[in-house]
Amino acid sequence: MMWLTWRQFRTQAIIAAGGLALMAIILAVSGVHLANQFNASGIIGCQAHGHCEQVASNFLRTLRGSGYQVVFLIAAGLTYAVPGLIGVFWGAPLITREIEAGTIRLAWTQSVTRTHWLAAKVGLIGIAAMATAGLLSLMAGWFANPVYAATAKAGAGPSGLNRFEPAVFGVSGIVPIGYAAFGFALGLTFGVLIRRTLPAMAATLGVFAGIQVAWLQLIRPHLLTPLRSIVPLDIANINSLMTNPGGHEMVVTASVHKPGAWILTNQTIDAAGHPFTGPATNACLNGGIQACNASVGRLHLRQLITFQPASRFWTFQWYETAIFVVVAVVLAWFCYSRVSRRRLT
Amino acid sequence: MKRGALIEFHLDGRSGVSPYLQLIQQVRQALRLGMLTEGDQLPTVKDVVGRLAINPNTVLKAYRELEYEGLVAARPGVGTFVTRTLADESLAAHGELRAELQRWLARARRAGLDEESIEALILTTFRATMKEAI
Amino acid sequence: MSVVLESRALSKRYGRRQALTDCTLSIPAGRVAGLVGPNGAGKTTLLHLAVGLLAPTSGTIEVLGAPPPASPEQLARVGFVAQDTPTYAGLTVADHLKLGARMNPGWDAGLAQRRIASVALDPSQRAGKLSGGQRAQLALTLAIAKRPEYLILDEPVASLDPLARREFLQGLMEATAEHGVSVLISSHLVADLERVCDYLIVLTESRVQLTGDVDDLLASHRLLTGPRCDMAALPAEWHVISASHTDRQSTLLISTADPVGDTTWTVDQVSMEDLVLAYMSKAASTPGRNRTLEVQR
Repeated sequence: MMWLTWRQFRTQAIIAAGGLALMAIILAVSGVHLANQFNASGIIGCQAHGHCEQVASNFLRTLRGSGYQVVFLIAAGLTYAVPGLIGVFWGAPLITREIEAGTIRLAWTQSVTRTHWLAAKVGLIGIAAMATAGLLSLMAGWFANPVYAATAKAGAGPSGLNRFEPAVFGVSGIVPIGYAAFGFALGLTFGVLIRRTLPAMAATLGVFAGIQVAWLQLIRPHLLTPLRSIVPLDIANINSLMTNPGGHEMVVTASVHKPGAWILTNQTIDAAGHPFTGPATNACLNGGIQACNASVGRLHLRQLITFQPASRFWTFQWYETAIFVVVAVVLAWFCYSRVSRRRLT
Repeated sequence: MKRGALIEFHLDGRSGVSPYLQLIQQVRQALRLGMLTEGDQLPTVKDVVGRLAINPNTVLKAYRELEYEGLVAARPGVGTFVTRTLADESLAAHGELRAELQRWLARARRAGLDEESIEALILTTFRATMKEAI
Repeated sequence: MSVVLESRALSKRYGRRQALTDCTLSIPAGRVAGLVGPNGAGKTTLLHLAVGLLAPTSGTIEVLGAPPPASPEQLARVGFVAQDTPTYAGLTVADHLKLGARMNPGWDAGLAQRRIASVALDPSQRAGKLSGGQRAQLALTLAIAKRPEYLILDEPVASLDPLARREFLQGLMEATAEHGVSVLISSHLVADLERVCDYLIVLTESRVQLTGDVDDLLASHRLLTGPRCDMAALPAEWHVISASHTDRQSTLLISTADPVGDTTWTVDQVSMEDLVLAYMSKAASTPGRNRTLEVQR
């Protein structure tokens, strides 16, 4: 059964291995250069806080728009896409292709039981799926390590990478493994339920994407109760400042420097604790940026943030991976019982 | 080395005679004509069904019937072999009968009968006579 | 005498469609059994139930003594060739043999090689490139080389040309003779099965209409032709399967245990095709309606 599973999976395995190898080469080559640049930047040995910030920010600025950014985007994009692709191309057609071609009537009348047949396929391909996603995440993570390190040292600002942020969390650590297992099991389930390849692939893609989005918006922020914190607004960190024509309203947004944390909400409040909506200061209506910022500083505004601290990164990784893997196992069990109770042909 | 089959069977699907009877008839015919003699092996069941695409039990039934008539004997694991021939009558008697028949046929033609009429005359007389003889 | 397939009140329903109704069968071992019926009668459903691809809705079925598919051992004892003889298009002939070897503990590699060679299949040829007849021979080899006790085939020759059909049946009969397997083969054409079957099952509209040894069935049915008769005046022990009438003449196909003594009737043997067609049309016809019995040659 192992031979047959391998023989039928061979082409897809070669494509995956080829893709991984290509990615590995690209990441290795550019990653070494990036590491060298990082070592030469002086971030490692720096002691003084202000100096470190400067050096780190400089380093990050050089990366913006560089080839390294492109490489990372490709790697991250691939790591995001792979679990869905696995579900669509490895999971959904596993059973449906055999049903549509009629070969399932050949496969299930040899001397191997249906459940053994399914277990062998799910086992081998499931492991391949998780390994592929895991390796991609590992390689991308190794590549981006210098950037994470620099971001931690640099001040608040738009540059840099934060592993905890939604855009990057899903391609870091071990969660891609969980996603891959879930994507594969989801594809398999739709295959078992729908029994036709193209509809099963479409359903897998749609539902997988939908669940990823829903998870991101609704569940991950609340896996652990977020912490609250109130910090003074630092005018050096102001991101935007807007006034309406009459000057009755003014909105100020600023970033908060919490390296490695995942900031969920960020609200500018006044001394009394209410959201600050204005009115605009004279300096901001009439004067230049420096005067405006200074006038805002004299308002003694604060920022109310809810966030997940950086220390919780790995906790979140383990929780999320575990949940997705458990759901994958439940789905696989469902498919197993459907197949064993002969509800397919 | 595998010996080639001595005779080959064929089936006439439209003769109205069941397949196993046709096989029996063909063995008897071969015995009569001397194509099979004592000690010769009949084609194996496997070879017969492999050529004719018929049920093996049909062949087994035919061979059993021939064995019951004493014409063949089955040797388990080896095959079925002829034990007796039907060419009992001496060749001379055959020759005598054949010559007489040829003379009769010449007479029938001289009498003005065409081939179909001769054949019909022979068949009806044959059947009527054989029935009476039973 | 052991029984290879036994079913009791076997039924299968898909949603509202009744595919098989109340089928009770008892097929003895050592036979080549023909399952005949029109398309849609339920033949494939019955065969899929026999190999365990489907589960019954009600009733029971046992193959070689156990409800299929009881275990890997039972799977190994039954060989199956599904309709349209499915094969993996991307795998070569040699790959298929390897599949057979890896998935069947009882695989006879020598037998498989000999069969492949005798039908002149190229081992490196992909199955998708084979002709219909070649694919059928490959599928048959896969089923035979696992050395089953029971071979089940679903319309294996339906889409084959006459030569390929003959070659397939030759190979099948040769294997039957050599290994003593029992066979169950389905077809919607009686002509395919007439030469090879010694047991018959007629299935129409999800029900079994007739089942038994071919010899017994042919011996217990008669075709009678005679002057136009009154159906009500016929002897009670004659079970009329089909009847057709013209102004002057009546033709009856009857089932009877005794010889027909009444000399007003000309009595003929029935052929298997006549028999099957008569039972198939009997199932379809409504009582009292004249039906012309068509025999297609």
